Amino acid sequence: MSERQVPTIYPETRFYWDGAKEGKLLLNACTPCGGKAYFPPRPFCPTCGSRDVEVIEASGKGTLHSYIINHLPAPGYEPPFTVAVVMLEEGVKMVSNILDCPAEPEALVLDMPLEVTFEQRGDIAVPQFRPRKGGAA
Amino acid sequence: MSRATIAIVGAAETTRLGKVPELSQTGLHADAALNAMADCGLTPADIDGIATGGHDVAEIAQYLGITPSWYDGTSVGGCSFITLVRHAAAAIQQGLCTTVLVTHGESGRSNNRNHRPIFPSMQQQEFESIYGPLVPPSRFTLPVLRKMKDDGLTEEQLAMVAVVQREWAAFHPRATMRDPITVDDVLTSKMIAYPFRLLMCCLVSDGGGALILTSAERAKDFPTRPVYLRGSGGESAEGPMISQMESFSSSRAFRLSGKAAFESADIGHSDVDHLMIYDAFAHLPVYGLEDLGFVGRGEGGAFIAEGNTRPGGKLPLNTNGGGLSYMHSGMYGMYALQEAVRQMRGISPAQVEGAKLSVVHGVGGMFSAAATVVMTTEERW
Repeated sequence: MSERQVPTIYPETRFYWDGAKEGKLLLNACTPCGGKAYFPPRPFCPTCGSRDVEVIEASGKGTLHSYIINHLPAPGYEPPFTVAVVMLEEGVKMVSNILDCPAEPEALVLDMPLEVTFEQRGDIAVPQFRPRKGGAA
Repeated sequence: MSRATIAIVGAAETTRLGKVPELSQTGLHADAALNAMADCGLTPADIDGIATGGHDVAEIAQYLGITPSWYDGTSVGGCSFITLVRHAAAAIQQGLCTTVLVTHGESGRSNNRNHRPIFPSMQQQEFESIYGPLVPPSRFTLPVLRKMKDDGLTEEQLAMVAVVQREWAAFHPRATMRDPITVDDVLTSKMIAYPFRLLMCCLVSDGGGALILTSAERAKDFPTRPVYLRGSGGESAEGPMISQMESFSSSRAFRLSGKAAFESADIGHSDVDHLMIYDAFAHLPVYGLEDLGFVGRGEGGAFIAEGNTRPGGKLPLNTNGGGLSYMHSGMYGMYALQEAVRQMRGISPAQVEGAKLSVVHGVGGMFSAAATVVMTTEERW
């Protein structure tokens, strides 16, 4: 079986992937917008255009915003597998698989709490999400 | 009283649709273009403007022997051709050219081509593709469960989109899929990307189409019945990362494009006799009906399931059978335009009696872009 894709990393997003290697989910946030986070990373705010932005560490908590259960082939994946959109506590959405959870509608309840984890692909750590432990609350 | 300034005078699809292994993608462009020129009695020497999407416009000009004074290669996915109709209209009005050929050709099934039609997106690849959604069925469908929960859209309603469009396709000898289907057929077809099953997904076809536009004043010199543009249409874009849509239940690009088209045409929804909404997947007509304002938010699925858009219904929608049943080369927008032109000429195999005004609305990429145009049989309104 071929390997899962690794991202092509660009200068503007290097910090994100370096953070992931250290087990941190890093986001950009805009200072003039009151520290509002945005995604994916870029060195300016997509809301106001300011370059006065910082890097923050996300809490790693989110909820299951939407998903599909993919039955189509993808390198390194064994269908069916879940492709989800996670809504982070910081108010931004990102794509993830859902680990440690069956790829079945019964197990994948919209808005269920999730937490970040990291999947190693070669020397790259890929942010992933799984059901939050003790997360029914 | 307003008067049309631009007309579509030539329109044709490729000689064959569906499986066309004997032609290259460039050849499909040419076949469609030659058919459209023949439709209105022109030759390449008469064309001074050329536009296409997903393909190098200069290559098509050279292949056909056209010397343009204006070109446009806007490539935002399948709605590019709808966008190009309004760009061409603006160019003619500005005096940049007089006679524009808009071509589409796509070897989506036979793959007789050397490139894909949509530019890869840097951040889509870096932050979405790595998780495995590599093709339209696993990308375009990502927002839909959210909409189902928030707006009450059901799997049965999505299935009815496919059922109703198959009813329309049955009228068309050139449609790929013409046999009737039931909701049960759709809901037991192969699972592709839950909740989407095979019959909720578009076909993969070879084909092409072309349009020829000129000023409304010149339109009377042509042998064809002119189809006039009303207003300047609309377009907008939200971008190729579907996970970053503002809302998963409504497309901002759809709303803005539709609003601009309706306002510039000075029409209301009750003025629309015929509607085409690009349907790469079964949820697109639902989003389209809602985002263009034909129904309220969350009412699109029920509106279709209740039969309002089927043959004999009050709002005939996707009367060629759409991308789900007619054909879908990858960039379907041209075929939506072609069916609207047939309806306005009064020659569609699924002709809506007395139809005078048609709205064509398309998506580009996966909710990445949108375009809308309004066509009419009337020179004045």
